[in-house]
Amino acid sequence: MKSKFLPYYLIAPVTLFLLCFFVYPFLLVASQAFSSGGDGYSFDNFSEILSYWKFPISLKNTLLLAAAVVPVQVALALLMATMVNRMEKGRDMVLYIWTIPLAISDLAAGIIWLAIFEQSGFLNSMMHALGVIDKPMNLLSYQNMGMVFLAIALAEIWRATAIMMVILVAGIGLIPKEYYEAAEVFGASPWKRFTKITLPLLRPSLQTALLLRVILAFEIFAVVAALGGTLFPVLMGQTYEYQFDLLNSGAASAMALVILAISIAFTIVIMRSLRVPKGIQI
Amino acid sequence: MKTNKKNLGISIGLALAIAAPVASADILFWSTQAKPVQEAQAMRTEVLSDYSEAVDYQPNDGGPWQTRLQAELQAGSGSISVLGALHGDFSALSAEDLIDLDDLGVSSASTTFNDLAKLGTADLQYIPWMQATYIMAANKKALAYLPKGADIDALSYDQLIAWAANVHEATGEPKFGFPAGPKGLKHRFFQGYLYPSFTDGVVRTFASDKAVVAWDTFKELWAHTNPASTNFSFMQEQLLNGDAWIVFDHTSRLADAFNERPDDFVAFPAPAGPEGRGFMPVLAGLAIPRTAADVDAAKDLIAYMLKPETQIATLRATGFFPVVDVELPNDLPASVIATGAAVAKMSASADANPGLLPAGLGSMGGDFNRVFVDSFERIVLGGQDVRTVLNDQKKALSKIMKETGAPCWAPDAPSKGACPVE
Repeated sequence: MKSKFLPYYLIAPVTLFLLCFFVYPFLLVASQAFSSGGDGYSFDNFSEILSYWKFPISLKNTLLLAAAVVPVQVALALLMATMVNRMEKGRDMVLYIWTIPLAISDLAAGIIWLAIFEQSGFLNSMMHALGVIDKPMNLLSYQNMGMVFLAIALAEIWRATAIMMVILVAGIGLIPKEYYEAAEVFGASPWKRFTKITLPLLRPSLQTALLLRVILAFEIFAVVAALGGTLFPVLMGQTYEYQFDLLNSGAASAMALVILAISIAFTIVIMRSLRVPKGIQI
Repeated sequence: MKTNKKNLGISIGLALAIAAPVASADILFWSTQAKPVQEAQAMRTEVLSDYSEAVDYQPNDGGPWQTRLQAELQAGSGSISVLGALHGDFSALSAEDLIDLDDLGVSSASTTFNDLAKLGTADLQYIPWMQATYIMAANKKALAYLPKGADIDALSYDQLIAWAANVHEATGEPKFGFPAGPKGLKHRFFQGYLYPSFTDGVVRTFASDKAVVAWDTFKELWAHTNPASTNFSFMQEQLLNGDAWIVFDHTSRLADAFNERPDDFVAFPAPAGPEGRGFMPVLAGLAIPRTAADVDAAKDLIAYMLKPETQIATLRATGFFPVVDVELPNDLPASVIATGAAVAKMSASADANPGLLPAGLGSMGGDFNRVFVDSFERIVLGGQDVRTVLNDQKKALSKIMKETGAPCWAPDAPSKGACPVE
């Protein structure tokens, strides 16, 4: 069995799985997006979704959320990863606790934060009990869009920072101790060591973590649905609406392709800017 | 590699062996109605348990309901026997996918309903099953603030606004409640209540000057509406927790309030505008998809659902009223008594101006609703200019009417061909 084909045998099941459950449905969705009712292919679905008045708003909301959430998550994940790496005792325990939000579904996470922010929620009761406010306020209303945005961003940061941290912890673990020892010998400060050793050598992990997070940020849906309802339209929410409320699969497929296009564009940007030249390894 | 293949074979075999016996012989009743757990359970234990054969009652959200039905229709064979859904759900289907039910010999007592059930064809595509409507309800604490000279059973929109304003002033909080949440039925208020009351139409008059007055009036009411309404979907919850004192909603979405604390709340007819008291009847029906395994068994079940005893049992289980002539017993739930009286007053009022359910829109029913929901979001929540928004939304509405070719329905004047947006 030690033939040169062994690697291909081994990846065959995964390839087959992906062909059946990813590539084939993707082709179906793509053809649905470009077909309109009758015969032939057209851009009707795209012109329909792009001309809808909510499209620019949901695009703006999705991009704004990603722009607000991802940088905070990168910073937090880096901080958490370096902290965990320095720990001598209880490292595993802290890691487990920090990754708990990962195990919670995004809808459940949205509902947890709804329980905090809603009119009869924990935040209101706490402020009321402390005498900060006279009566419970309605925080998540259309008059308070900033608050809605903040609540969604907070929930996302709480929920999805851990996935970046896990990747970065693994990456930091791979950096040889010798570099740090050499730097210390030459008297480099901790900050210098972080910017000159950790960050550059962490590039491959950072790339993976950023890619994963940015793509997921464009697919945000359940947290927004729980906290913002219809007040805060996002691209994925619009896709759901086309598919299930309007029963318009063509438009839903077109929306999905638009999200895919945005994801691919950002993937290319991230891959380019954090490129790890081939052959350079730790 | 060989062992791998063998294992794969074994596991596939196992999976098939486990999956096969799941298919059962019960009649599958695939429904969008009576979804709350209690109602679904009541359907099973109170309504369907007396039927001669075992029925598997499965209520679902509209999306999954459609998805499975469409999958079975596309596959050409299926396990769904009977469909239970709203008129709007059926009109989104193709009439060819439903079996004609004229030979069943049962139908509702209302010719309007029977006509609707033909879905624009010559034959009954579904059998009217049960009906409901939307009404108003209030906490009795609010009654003290009724404006002078106002009769709660014959309110006008101006009186309703004055009433909500009085309550707002007295309690310091806006206490009118409106189901504007993601699952709320706000679009039906605009289609069946606001527009008929102010413009005596829905489609033709969508962007008329009278419609501008209607939206301006609604904005006045909104000033006294709990701003959290954009999260409200079942107004019984806000009635019970006191977040809203005066509310509008579907009768079955108010039922819990009356059943839990019957002495605390009153039900009353919707208000009247310059063109009368607009209101919209809701109609649910039963149909058989062309892929049903046993059509005769399905027809028997539908005939059973239309029996007077079954209709009364359904009323108890779901709060939806019978569509056939029945004598209502005296021991009905509090919600049925309260809402039933309000519905009767509303439909019998001298200025009643019923707005029928949208018909002939096919799968564009959702798009039609979206025109009204979007107008609401832009005018009321977004504060955009009424005239500008209506002129803009008018294009979307006009496109829907042209694409579907749906003729006008009451209260719009009849049209030849597609209903025009004037």
